[in-house]
Amino acid sequence: MKFTLFHLMPYAALDLKEAEKYPTAWLHTPNTLYDREAGADLYDRYLGELERGEDLGFDGIAVNEHHSTAYGMMPSPIVTASALARRTKNVTIAILGSALPLRDHPLTLAEEHAMIDTITRGRLITGMVRGIGAEYHVWGTNPAFSHERFHEAHDMIIQAWTKPGVTSWHGKHYNHEYVNVWPRPYQQPHPPIWIPSQGSKETIVWAAHPDRKYTYLQTFSPIKSVRKYLQQYRDQCEEYGYTATDHQLGWAVPIYVAETDEIARKEAKEHFETFRNKFLKMPIEMLLPPGYSSIESMKGVAKTKAQITGDITLELAADMGMFIVGSAETVRQQIEEHWKEMRMGHLLSMLQFGTLPADLTDKNMDLFANEVMPHLRALSADQEDTHMPGAQSATQAAE
Amino acid sequence: MAELETKTITVTGTEVACRRGGSGPVVLFLHGAGGAGTAVPFCTGLADSCDVILPDHPGFGASATPEWLDTIHDMAFFYLDFLEALDLWDVHVVGQSLGGWIALEAAVRATERIGRLTLVGAAGINLPDVKKGDLFMWDKETRYRNMIHDSALAEKLLAMPTTPEQDEIAIKNEFTTARLAWEPRFFDPHLYKWLHRITVPTQVVWGDDDPIFPLPYGEALAARIPGAQLHVIAACGHLPQIEHPAQMSGLITNFTQGGAS
Repeated sequence: MKFTLFHLMPYAALDLKEAEKYPTAWLHTPNTLYDREAGADLYDRYLGELERGEDLGFDGIAVNEHHSTAYGMMPSPIVTASALARRTKNVTIAILGSALPLRDHPLTLAEEHAMIDTITRGRLITGMVRGIGAEYHVWGTNPAFSHERFHEAHDMIIQAWTKPGVTSWHGKHYNHEYVNVWPRPYQQPHPPIWIPSQGSKETIVWAAHPDRKYTYLQTFSPIKSVRKYLQQYRDQCEEYGYTATDHQLGWAVPIYVAETDEIARKEAKEHFETFRNKFLKMPIEMLLPPGYSSIESMKGVAKTKAQITGDITLELAADMGMFIVGSAETVRQQIEEHWKEMRMGHLLSMLQFGTLPADLTDKNMDLFANEVMPHLRALSADQEDTHMPGAQSATQAAE
Repeated sequence: MAELETKTITVTGTEVACRRGGSGPVVLFLHGAGGAGTAVPFCTGLADSCDVILPDHPGFGASATPEWLDTIHDMAFFYLDFLEALDLWDVHVVGQSLGGWIALEAAVRATERIGRLTLVGAAGINLPDVKKGDLFMWDKETRYRNMIHDSALAEKLLAMPTTPEQDEIAIKNEFTTARLAWEPRFFDPHLYKWLHRITVPTQVVWGDDDPIFPLPYGEALAARIPGAQLHVIAACGHLPQIEHPAQMSGLITNFTQGGAS
């Protein structure tokens, strides 16, 4: 199994009492609650945590994109990935992902990802997402065209990366008389593409297609859903007439490791619950704006509204497999058990969440990297991995 | 009382559910974002004195959602096709909210078949200094409570049970509304420039307590459309057809019969 250290970079300095006045940490919570000194300290700390991921032996470090929220201070993962590019040497940098439909000019993404890929000499993973529903409220992009724009932007970026010379693009949402992106990606034909998702049949059918074989990453979901969607992906590959490798599948999950199960739960509780119930929570109208998902999937939403928007305790999240918490032994066992059922080649661990402070984050990272990771390395290790950068150069270096 | 009869007709290759009833001058009622539901009782009453046509817009209610429907302009051209397909002339177009915006977009393009225009709490323009309500951020309860001035009426309507079919149509209506009106939010930045092209008699009807498009929007439309007159309905939110149906009906029939705008 390969390990990626994932960070949301939350604004952990949020005045939680003041923030209670607002229904959600997204969009409505005014940036007057943001303190620039606290922000600067947090960026410094979080970038340091990601950089340390390389020293601790993670295969990758990962960032993502969210707008107008204390949930994550990364409106541009391009900036965070760029900041990491020159401070790291060998680790893969995964942007998970860039929200394609939010860009009115997505060729800029073809340029920016190619730049980071080149600066790192081929250490980039390009994640492509639609962005969560709230992004469409914040950014104004029409959710009814989210799927169309995602697919058109994707096709255009791939063309820019794979069709040499001066070309053009004429679509419904984007039109360019000239497509001629400099620089070209360092990795050829382009960086590996990963598709983080909360679970969607359409996304799975598309990502698993033999022309793409993109790594599908199930993010922060109850284990039941993770299992269901990863299996759906495997089944879809079989339907296409090929067998998915383990490295086409990934699972992103918050994890907390401590000396004992009891200590782990005690230390993580407040910070995890702040992450889930304050930073992540939003009204359903914001999470699922009209047109963002299909009418069919919206029909069930009203019934599960309370479940989606209600509070979740650490204990419940642990029971549901949305959060892995415990001693190194417990965490190892749980991941291994889940691996036996899902055989995911990639585990993306979020080791800082909510208000988890620096000292506990450091301890968590050390314990996870030293006492969990090494024991799980052998899982899926027999599988060829063409879904991480540098697979080729690593082999060459070994020779 | 005249009943409305629903027929499915095909216009621009699209099957639309179309209610029609009564006799007299033709009134085409273009419903708002919430669908034709709130307009049905109102139009049934109006059919006592008018030949009322109340279609479900393409993408709404029982009508099909056509591939070509992307913008409010597509909808405007559709209704110009609609007037031709039914060979309607001298039509009094009543447009409410989103339907008012459709009426405006159609009328700046061609008024050949439009005799009169009534705009009720119409979308379509933006006033930088007057904040609109964000319909997309409101859940069902908030919508009713915000849009209806009379809180007892709002609670009464909220307490009415809905069928799964109605719930599904509500989702469909909202999807199409987003398609047309998400960005820019319920307006076309270019429409304002061409409102002077609406030369048919026009009246603008507005609730004095409209939280989505506050009264200055009505005032601005009335000021910009040549000769248009503003009628403000007191103690009224965004939906005069359910809060003050008699008053709104009076304004429409009076205007239809050639009364001063």
